[in-house]
Amino acid sequence: MARGIRGPEGRYGWAFVTPAMVIIGVFLVLPILLALYVSFSDWNGLGSPLGNSRPVGGENYANVLVESGLAQRDFGTAIRNNLYYVLLVVPLQTALALFLAVQVNNRLLKARGFFRTAFYFPSVTSSVAITTIFIFLFASSGAINQVLAWFGAAGPNWFADPNGIFSPVTGGLTADGPLGLTWAAWLSGPSVAMCVLIILAVFTTSGTFMLLFLAALQNVGTEIEEAASVDGAGSLRRFFSVTLPMLKPTLFTVLTLGLIGTWQVFDQIYLTGGGAPGKTTLTPAFLAYDTSFSELQWGEGAAISFILFGIIVALTLFQRWVLRDRDLGRSGERRARRAEARLRREAEGARS
Amino acid sequence: MTATTATGAPRIRRHHRTYTTGQIVTTAVTYAILILLAVVYIYPFLISVAGSFKTEADATQNPLSLLPQTWSFTAYERLFTSVPLLGWAGNSALITVIVTLSRVFFDSLAGYALSRLHFRGRAIVFAGLIAVMAVPNVVLLIPRFLILKQLGLYDSYAGMIIPILIDAAGIFIMKQFFESIPVSVEEAARIDGAGIFRTFWSIVLPMAVPALITLFILSFQGSWNEFAHFIVSRQSADLNTLTTGVASLTSGQLGEGNQYPLKLAAAVLMSIPVAVIFFIFQRRILSTSEGGEKG
Repeated sequence: MARGIRGPEGRYGWAFVTPAMVIIGVFLVLPILLALYVSFSDWNGLGSPLGNSRPVGGENYANVLVESGLAQRDFGTAIRNNLYYVLLVVPLQTALALFLAVQVNNRLLKARGFFRTAFYFPSVTSSVAITTIFIFLFASSGAINQVLAWFGAAGPNWFADPNGIFSPVTGGLTADGPLGLTWAAWLSGPSVAMCVLIILAVFTTSGTFMLLFLAALQNVGTEIEEAASVDGAGSLRRFFSVTLPMLKPTLFTVLTLGLIGTWQVFDQIYLTGGGAPGKTTLTPAFLAYDTSFSELQWGEGAAISFILFGIIVALTLFQRWVLRDRDLGRSGERRARRAEARLRREAEGARS
Repeated sequence: MTATTATGAPRIRRHHRTYTTGQIVTTAVTYAILILLAVVYIYPFLISVAGSFKTEADATQNPLSLLPQTWSFTAYERLFTSVPLLGWAGNSALITVIVTLSRVFFDSLAGYALSRLHFRGRAIVFAGLIAVMAVPNVVLLIPRFLILKQLGLYDSYAGMIIPILIDAAGIFIMKQFFESIPVSVEEAARIDGAGIFRTFWSIVLPMAVPALITLFILSFQGSWNEFAHFIVSRQSADLNTLTTGVASLTSGQLGEGNQYPLKLAAAVLMSIPVAVIFFIFQRRILSTSEGGEKG
């Protein structure tokens, strides 16, 4: 009987997953293997990489990571730029998304639908359209600078300004730092142009993440908050001691997605001049593309891609590890109990 | 004094009133902040639409004004005459339709097999899927170009479309959804003699409409807005989509001036389809359906 029902399932199961497996195999797994080979070869873009190149060992990786020269300096610059991008975008987009979600989840708020639409809409538009709009907004005599002028401030020529925002402070540090850059370069902060891209990222992603927080808030419900409010907890206290702890899983999801996404900036860099001004908006994702497609150093470009892959995988695993630590309720409880017992013992020891 | 101790009611009322005043101040501040933020989020789009109807000098000098000094349709005229915007839109539409239909169908097919059909190797296929989902898209740019060259698909519709016909995250979404619906209905159908594909097509899929709509929205937005893949999979101008075409306007080899009205008009036009989809499914996307009106 069971056999009669289950019998053809094997065939159908494979038939149903085959289209997906073929596409993913041919256009994802196979390409990665091919690119992995190219990253260890000296292929120059002519003909097929198989047969028109020779293996050069880890030379491409060494050029980027160890040997001092232009390749290493460019890679260092790209990492530096992206690091500042990540450090600013991830906390800002998470905090703003959380703030917006809490506000538009408030039952007493009128026109909640309007606010949700307003905050989410930028997430719908394509990177190309929104970057075009930002170039218009942040032009030297553009909308942003005209608003700044109302307050008597003279805005910079945003997209053309390569100065790091901390560079007045760090200018004197001429000692060499990692990856062929001076410490002054490492510590000078994101350039003014990069700051615009940071604002752009926060602007377009906060709506998406707002929806993730909103879904979590709706699952949590309002009972516990109301109970805390009856107990006399103020709204800030209520947020930090009641709501936020319950949003922890979503918070970690948003942080992980943010960390993965911010290491992948490509479109905006392509559209704003490929790292201009002065390579201060260059990112590893764009550098990999540029090294391969413009400089025809395919091996080196592929190597940068795989280093970037490594960075993203490492960060994801790190996040997952942190997340698991929080989720393991039992071992956490055990640890808390042990810590409490120790404190009690110490307190007793101090008393006697 | 005597009044309050006698009844106690005025004290309660006064207490209530102060509470309300505090609330009014908080509410006013909250509204002020939210309205300001809403303006910050919406105004850029409004002045972009306005800017597309301005003359170039007007757009440059008065970027903030919502009304053009004189209405100018030059930008739109140029987009439809000297710029091959319609060709780009045609390519975008073709690719979006094929990719969206394919993803909705094949992703749910595979998701169904992974959640309901027992076949040897299912666990391995699913583990592979999870691993594939971890591969970031930008890392695939160079590898995808290499394989398209190798297979002779570079710079063709096939090369632009086939690699993105299926997306692992969509399979995952559908698998999760199928696991949330009760298995009893299908088993009844199967015992009644319906074949596996029939059961899937006429019994399971109709129950999965909410997930299918989610997948449809994600696929539509994803393929209409796709940019990086079309940068590495083609080079001829005939194959430009709206994203790559407008990008060539934006990063600007356009002759004189800043051409803001033209660029803004292109950005506005290319955003219309995704905006329409968004407004159609707004309630579902923003989860305002439950309690949205009641609350």
